[in-house]
Amino acid sequence: MAQAGTGNRPLSPHLQIWKWGPHMLVSILHRVTGNGLAIAGLAALLWWLGALASGPEAYAVLSGHASAWYGRVVLVGISWAFFSHMASGLRHFVLDIGAGYELGANRLWSILSPILGIVLTAAFWALLLLR
Amino acid sequence: MGNGTSIGRVRGLGAAKAGTHHWLLQRFTAVGNLLLVLWLVVSILLLPNLSFATVSQWISNPLPATAMALLIISSFWHARLGMQVMVEDYIDGANRLAVIIALNLIAFAGAAFGLFCVIRLALAGA
Repeated sequence: MAQAGTGNRPLSPHLQIWKWGPHMLVSILHRVTGNGLAIAGLAALLWWLGALASGPEAYAVLSGHASAWYGRVVLVGISWAFFSHMASGLRHFVLDIGAGYELGANRLWSILSPILGIVLTAAFWALLLLR
Repeated sequence: MGNGTSIGRVRGLGAAKAGTHHWLLQRFTAVGNLLLVLWLVVSILLLPNLSFATVSQWISNPLPATAMALLIISSFWHARLGMQVMVEDYIDGANRLAVIIALNLIAFAGAAFGLFCVIRLALAGA
């Protein structure tokens, strides 16, 4: 019975129907950055650990790619994805306890979460490159 | 919308049979990731450099090795739960089952590889 006519159910209006707001952006960003981290972030983590466990030659290959321009783009992207996902994830923790649903507060933190992600990414790379 | 069958109301599991467990585990592992990835971020910033000698010596110590092992478990678990939600939203029918089976295999294989690397580094070091 559960399978009967499931293809015939009405669909809710999809993304392009609605007027875009910051709440939609932060929700989509949370999914994009989360799945991006799951694929690229964990792959990079495993490459790093695998190169460390394999020895100096493997680590030199990784360092060569990581310090090239395309490697830097990927690593900055992964760090941005983490800090953005962390900021919007902290927002989710607040929403999970039932707080932050007032229109003004919800909109404010929808705007601040992605900005916080960018600021933390910039701070991380500034500290890393300037030490 | 009805209230389900009598036995369904007693069980109180709803139409999906599961969900609260998945939802809670997603939050528990999120807290783990928050602590452990911030530990990794601070550790990377505190290391004098990221050369092979420096990093492999650091990761061979008991506390960094333990934290890295926990990070692997927590992050792969969280990623596996999160990607399942994406798969359930965008993929239907038999393909969904196949993709979730593949997701399970890749998540366990990736975590096992990461843990093996950490153990090898920890036991070979110092």
